[in-house]
Amino acid sequence: MAENIEYAPIPSAEGTWDIPSSEKLAKSAVVGKVLAELGNHDPDIVVITADLKFSNRTVDFEVAHPDRFINVGISEQHMVTMAAGMATYGYKPYVATFASFVGLLAAEQMRTDLAYPGLPVRIVAHHAGISLGFYGTSHHATEDLGVLRSIANMTVVCPCDATSMREALAQTIEFPGPVYFRVGRGRDPDVYADRPEGAFEFGRAAVLREGDDLTIVANGVTVSEALVAAEALALDGIEATVIDAHTVRPFDSSTIAESAGRSGRLLVAEEHNVVGGVATACAEALVEHGLANVKLERIGMPADEYALIGPPTHLYRHYELDATGIEKRARKLAAG
Amino acid sequence: MTAGQDPKIQEIRDRALLVRRETIRLVGIAKSGHYSSVFSCAEILAALYSGGMRIAEDPAWPERDRLILSKGHVAVGLYPLLAERGYFPTDWLDSYTRLGSPLGDHPDVRRVPGVDFSSGSLGHGLSIGVGMAQAARMRGYRETRIWALLGDQELNEGEIWEAAGAASHHGLGNLCAIVDANQMGLDGMVEETLSVEPIAGRFDAFGWEVLEIDGHDPEAILAAFADLPATTGGKPVCIVARTVKGQGVGYMELSRNWHLGYLAPDDAAAAVAEIDQRG
Repeated sequence: MAENIEYAPIPSAEGTWDIPSSEKLAKSAVVGKVLAELGNHDPDIVVITADLKFSNRTVDFEVAHPDRFINVGISEQHMVTMAAGMATYGYKPYVATFASFVGLLAAEQMRTDLAYPGLPVRIVAHHAGISLGFYGTSHHATEDLGVLRSIANMTVVCPCDATSMREALAQTIEFPGPVYFRVGRGRDPDVYADRPEGAFEFGRAAVLREGDDLTIVANGVTVSEALVAAEALALDGIEATVIDAHTVRPFDSSTIAESAGRSGRLLVAEEHNVVGGVATACAEALVEHGLANVKLERIGMPADEYALIGPPTHLYRHYELDATGIEKRARKLAAG
Repeated sequence: MTAGQDPKIQEIRDRALLVRRETIRLVGIAKSGHYSSVFSCAEILAALYSGGMRIAEDPAWPERDRLILSKGHVAVGLYPLLAERGYFPTDWLDSYTRLGSPLGDHPDVRRVPGVDFSSGSLGHGLSIGVGMAQAARMRGYRETRIWALLGDQELNEGEIWEAAGAASHHGLGNLCAIVDANQMGLDGMVEETLSVEPIAGRFDAFGWEVLEIDGHDPEAILAAFADLPATTGGKPVCIVARTVKGQGVGYMELSRNWHLGYLAPDDAAAAVAEIDQRG
């Protein structure tokens, strides 16, 4: 096993994940600011976090609306259930904590107390996937999509950058049921900033680039990486369609199927176990559309592995979730 | 009943009889149900719906008191009280647990007028109550009280204590937990399975105002309700109601065989006769 591990630092465009590089990207941590703005117009918005207000920047909401901010301390299950109670009075609670501590630890509370009664509680599940790197498996969430996809009434959206986060929050503000926003560190490179208005539409997969040789479906942190990979492939004449499958539930299967049906090759890259997440949703989409002959490749956490210890960018490289890995796997698929 | 007694006391007794009798009838439809868990809190439920709770003709009145059955498996005892108030037609009761019925073993807030939250997964109810109490206060409903009915074995659940700490931290004087301390879980005596005592001491340590009463004595329940601090007070209140699981039918009392059960028609009639006789 050990011989497969690269211990040496890996050069990367993003440097490595550490406090200094994180600070440089901190302007993209918009959740608290956007909610504070939305809260100016909507007096029913309340924000709740579990001793992580600086990490998720909900402190920005607290500063603007201190009377509508609640810190529950380290009690995530209580936080979700309590938000349900508040929603019965017409409030719109936004609950924010690490994805591992809500998507997994409080999964039953989300099912029983939010989705079953259909209450408009929003979950901001940040630092999803393996983005907490060397903090280890207890802090990773690579199974949450699999759990949430099977919960009736649940809506799951994965914004990949500040612009789409802002859009996702704004577009779902009146949505009647619970919404789970699965986000990375909240300090992510821009994907949508320079795209035309409407490029990110809740419920609809975003086709960010078009090409006929293969379709790459990305989600969250892999979206920007897939776009970089597609440019590199284009230099060698391999044209890829890149789709951001940001809304995982309900899943826009027709957009995926239409594109994959044309190219006959589908590569899915997601920061999740290869079982149960976006790749599984894509496989279902293909079969439902009679496209079982499309070649499907999956990049994600291997079915029976927990992540190695390492800085996130090194882990992304190791598990082929970065641009280099996606490019490599795409070449293989395109050649096959 | 002696002369000069508060007429409320007889009203509670009568309503507790209704709860027990209807529970036997409805469980007879399902052919499986939680007789004994309902019997332990029959007087408590009866008292809540005999003026204990501030509710109105409209079950959706925004400023009403709310009740969360954290021990959701006693919904069968609640339904007859809601029907009696006219929150839904009494013939709904006859459909209890049948395909498509609004009335299941656990209550569904989306389907049953007068049910304030869906419950059944033990440990959640106090957190729901904290959220409601916070929200009611933020809405400016100064007289609204949120009631949460908990089981004693349920107090093993960790989320209860997350909520208990939150309630006192935020000074939710408008939250009242009633622990139906009927001494038993499904497998047997709480003391043997996993003790929760001292219940009063635990809530006291978590910063709650605590009362301890005989949960089958209407007079004691009434007195406790009358003595509750104002909803605008700074401390949540816990009423530890000392009860007997199965109270009312001798062979069910403190018997682990009757957490879930079914009485065939003859046995049901005998049980009702015993309940009526004990009054």
